[in-house]
Amino acid sequence: MTEIIDILISASFWAAVLRIASPLIFATLGELICERAGVLNLGIEGIMVFGAFAGWMAVYAGFGLWPGVLVALLAGMAFGALHALLTVPFGLSQHVVGLGITMLATSSAYYAYRLALPEVTSPPRIDPFQPLHIPVLSDIPWLGQALFSQTALTWAAFGCAALVALVLYRTPLGLAVRAAGENPQAVEAQGLSVAAIRMGAVIVGSGLMAVGGAFLTMSAFSSFFFEMVNGRGWICIALVVFGAWKPGKALLGALLFAGFDALQIRLQQTPMGQLVPYQVFLMIPYVLSILALILMSRRAEVPAALMTPFNRGER
Amino acid sequence: MRLDPITTPSPARTVGLPALALGATVLVAMGLALIAGADPLATLGLIVKGAAGSKFALLETLNRATPLIFTGLAISVAFRAKLWNIGAEAQLYVGALVTVVIGTQLGLPGPLALPLMALGAVLAGALVLLGPVLLKTRLGVDEVVTTLLLNFIMALFISYLLEGPLKDPMGMGWPKSPALPRDARLPRIVEGLRLHWGFGLALISALGVWIMQTRTTLGYEIRATGLNPEAARFAGIPVGRVLVKTALISGGLAALAGFSEVAGLKGNLTADLSPGFGYTGIVVAMLALLHPLGVVVSALFVAGVFVGADSMSRAAGVPTYIADILLATALLFMVLAILLTKVRVVRG
Amino acid sequence: MAQAQEAQDVVLRLSGITKRFGALTANDAISFSLARGEVVALLGENGAGKTTLMNILFGHYTADAGTVEVFGQPLPPGLPGAALAAGVGMVHQHFTLSGNMTVLENILLGTAPLWRPGLGRAAARRRVEQLSRDFGLAVHPDARVATLSVGERQRVEILKALYRDARILILDEPTAVLTPQESDALFETLRKAVAQGLSVIFISHKLHEVMAASSRVLVLRHGRLVGEVPTAETDRHQLAALMVGAEITPPAPAEARPGATLLTLKNVSTPTRGNRTGLRGIDLELKAGQILGLAGVSGNGQGALADLLSGLETPSAGIMELAGTEVTTWTPRDALQARIGRIPEDRHKTGTIADFTLTENAVLERYAQPPVARRGWMDWSAARRAAEQIIESYDVRCPGPDTRIRLLSGGNMQKLILGRVLGAQPRIILANQPVRGLDIGAVTYVQERLIAARDAGAAVLLISEDLDEVLTLSDVVRVICEGRLSPEFPRGSKTPAELGQWMAGQGFSDAA
Repeated sequence: MTEIIDILISASFWAAVLRIASPLIFATLGELICERAGVLNLGIEGIMVFGAFAGWMAVYAGFGLWPGVLVALLAGMAFGALHALLTVPFGLSQHVVGLGITMLATSSAYYAYRLALPEVTSPPRIDPFQPLHIPVLSDIPWLGQALFSQTALTWAAFGCAALVALVLYRTPLGLAVRAAGENPQAVEAQGLSVAAIRMGAVIVGSGLMAVGGAFLTMSAFSSFFFEMVNGRGWICIALVVFGAWKPGKALLGALLFAGFDALQIRLQQTPMGQLVPYQVFLMIPYVLSILALILMSRRAEVPAALMTPFNRGER
Repeated sequence: MRLDPITTPSPARTVGLPALALGATVLVAMGLALIAGADPLATLGLIVKGAAGSKFALLETLNRATPLIFTGLAISVAFRAKLWNIGAEAQLYVGALVTVVIGTQLGLPGPLALPLMALGAVLAGALVLLGPVLLKTRLGVDEVVTTLLLNFIMALFISYLLEGPLKDPMGMGWPKSPALPRDARLPRIVEGLRLHWGFGLALISALGVWIMQTRTTLGYEIRATGLNPEAARFAGIPVGRVLVKTALISGGLAALAGFSEVAGLKGNLTADLSPGFGYTGIVVAMLALLHPLGVVVSALFVAGVFVGADSMSRAAGVPTYIADILLATALLFMVLAILLTKVRVVRG
Repeated sequence: MAQAQEAQDVVLRLSGITKRFGALTANDAISFSLARGEVVALLGENGAGKTTLMNILFGHYTADAGTVEVFGQPLPPGLPGAALAAGVGMVHQHFTLSGNMTVLENILLGTAPLWRPGLGRAAARRRVEQLSRDFGLAVHPDARVATLSVGERQRVEILKALYRDARILILDEPTAVLTPQESDALFETLRKAVAQGLSVIFISHKLHEVMAASSRVLVLRHGRLVGEVPTAETDRHQLAALMVGAEITPPAPAEARPGATLLTLKNVSTPTRGNRTGLRGIDLELKAGQILGLAGVSGNGQGALADLLSGLETPSAGIMELAGTEVTTWTPRDALQARIGRIPEDRHKTGTIADFTLTENAVLERYAQPPVARRGWMDWSAARRAAEQIIESYDVRCPGPDTRIRLLSGGNMQKLILGRVLGAQPRIILANQPVRGLDIGAVTYVQERLIAARDAGAAVLLISEDLDEVLTLSDVVRVICEGRLSPEFPRGSKTPAELGQWMAGQGFSDAA
């Protein structure tokens, strides 16, 4: 037990929690926007892979960090547009299309990687985002290192959560997005285009997923390698359920989850942790996600029209 | 825009649109080759030649198709009931695991070991899917995410076993299991040809699933449950039990892919036994429109693309990932084409 | 001068509206106009083309020919927003509200440009409260819609239109889900609206309401406008004849001869599930050879009672006896084995499987029994024969037993269900909204078959929200309200108004 307490009072642990949570926050918010509008986006895993690749590649090609983020965002939006086109106006199975997008985005990233770097065995590194030094705050002992030693992208993730909450609950646009996921007929009857709202939500949400992927290569690590997303997308889908489709709760869920993840990484290093196979620790995120789904199953407030395609004039 | 149903689609539509989808996929292939700086037509030619240009190539394709038939069947059975089993990868591995454990640890004679290995694999695969399905029917937990996450958990579990209890002491430190004894392996169908009875078993399974779906009450129940669970339940079909039965069949079929790969081809278990057969099975099943006999054809096609792309890649320098891109595009084009055989896009 | 005045007074003009769906002409060159401060009733049977016409007006469909003018300005076709912006508000028959959102949020949806930063809730709430007072539409702006009664939801729908400054209100079958008293309140609101210079189109197939509420009646039949008369100059018989094209004679069942009690409920309760009301300690007896009609506003426990008889629900308290044997837990399969025939409320979602063929649908409730199946193996030729028999005996119009049932009209779908249910010779028949949405021919057919089943000795429980239908068919009537049942009222012992009071909850001993 003392090991756990030691970990919990170390500033680096809390810094790691924020870092690990950041990509999850972006991608969970992205998925949340899609689902709030009524579309399940199983393309998330592949879009994160492509975002990780595209942002990193852009920086490697000399674009600079923020333009790299923009490239990832746009790439994610492009895959989102394809997903939206197939699932919204055509109303195709969101399961099948989503998995297809994941396969397409993942294999496209790998294909492009191999084309760009045919012979390399270890991928080149880029100069990633550096922690922002915030005057005064970052200099507070312990607290400064624990909470205020993050990169700009982490701060952007938290800003995004606030922005998404604000838009969803405080603007006519957010009202329309929520209504599209609850009762598309109501949206149509009020003279708004369900298709446009849903497609817009999927495109924007997919962009955020890609930025979440880009965080991995541009802030957490400094290069791109295969399997680096490693199921994070699927975990984010569980986090949306865990957060009851609310941005604030989803943010908390991502932090909680990152807390367990940071803890297991550190526990592996302890003498007690050495006794347990490392695979057990690595399983923890996936097991936790399943447990979160079970926990929330009874009181999940699913958007009523989630996965229900809408065809104009059909009632 | 709006979609209006077509009551009697013309043959040109029902045949032409899927053909167009495949044609579009070929165009994408040529485009990808161009991007890679290769001659598009030559690349296509190399893929076809690599997949079916020689006896060796053809046998390679058949071998590669074998696990895909199993996973494709597993997915088609589940998807018919709208049970989104995305965990065929985990079920495949658990099947392979049980195959190796029974084959290497019990010391049974071959004629006894082989059926037991297959049976054990089927049971284990069925059990792995049973959990997510019970969570779905009892608690309403979405099975897509749970089955997906189980793939990762299973991969770590296998990795642990291969580095720990199941590690081959003669394996020079590599994480792999001991090999199956000679007599606990699936024999070749024709002596001298590198094609094992796993392929035969796959064909028999496809036939069995087809008969089950069209001729038995269970098949009727599965289809009714998938198309409209509310009406099915109202009509007295025990929807929960049907889903459980479907899961047992689906998980068992996916596990047979693991059994067949280990007992027919590889002889032992490694962490890279499956290059994503469980996920590719989704493409196989969808391209076959979930028809069990169609699964055989589409598995051969998909396997051909993989084998052909492998051999083309060595010759033309186009990355092998072209195969994965092509299959994903084929999947998306095909579902769209099939939709457009049934509906017409109308303005307003 | 007078002509200019009249032209100014016209707020809405439809000219030559034509819409075809394949071979069907849903609207055939329909023209009419609506004046300021006028209530026009649009009368017609199901399938006469009323809803299509309104969908064209609202831009949900694009007409093949014809134009719509609102306040003298032509309306661009196919744009749902255009009619709203021009001041036309519609209250749909199936409410378009989001249950998980508040009244205010539902009203605000789509009223401001999407990119505006704030919602302006405070000002909006004041305005909604003002409108509620002016038009007599009491409803709390911050209530979640899912918690509202049907009548309250309709008020929200009307408030939605008024909030957008609608000058023309269109109401599609607004009274279908209301008690007679709630309907009166609605008509009062409409009178207030007209007094303020609004115009109203009132879509209905109920003659007495049309007579009571409108100043002019338009009659649609088979997509054509077949009559246009001032309400003062016509009567119900003339309108009925116009609507149907001939005099209608509703089925007049002979005197019932009730036999043994086949099903008894004693103090039975079921849990409330989500928004669906459960039963609260009801007593019920179904007798052989008798039709028991259950009247009530939808959502008052009809669903729970239907589920109970269907085998989908079991009593959480009380005793349920089938021919003297107590039922504790059971399933739809048990209900079928007890020879309960079930005609479900929703034939598309519950009664049939759209992508199954007629054959597959015909055997849905006995797919596992001989002759259709033996030891788990299907006998498709036997199944096909069963389907052919239903198609022939019940006059199901279809290309053949291998057709997918989704291609059939509602009436033919219902006939197949009827054949499936009655073919099993049930002792008890649950008929839940058996004729909703059917055209008059199919209505009469279904009703006559139910009467015939009664005369053959079946106990029939008829659930309907249409009081007229209940009164026409039932030997005894009971009213359901908030999960409780009224006493039995023999045929002819209560007027519709008296039953309406029961439907509104008056008369129950523990009425709140």
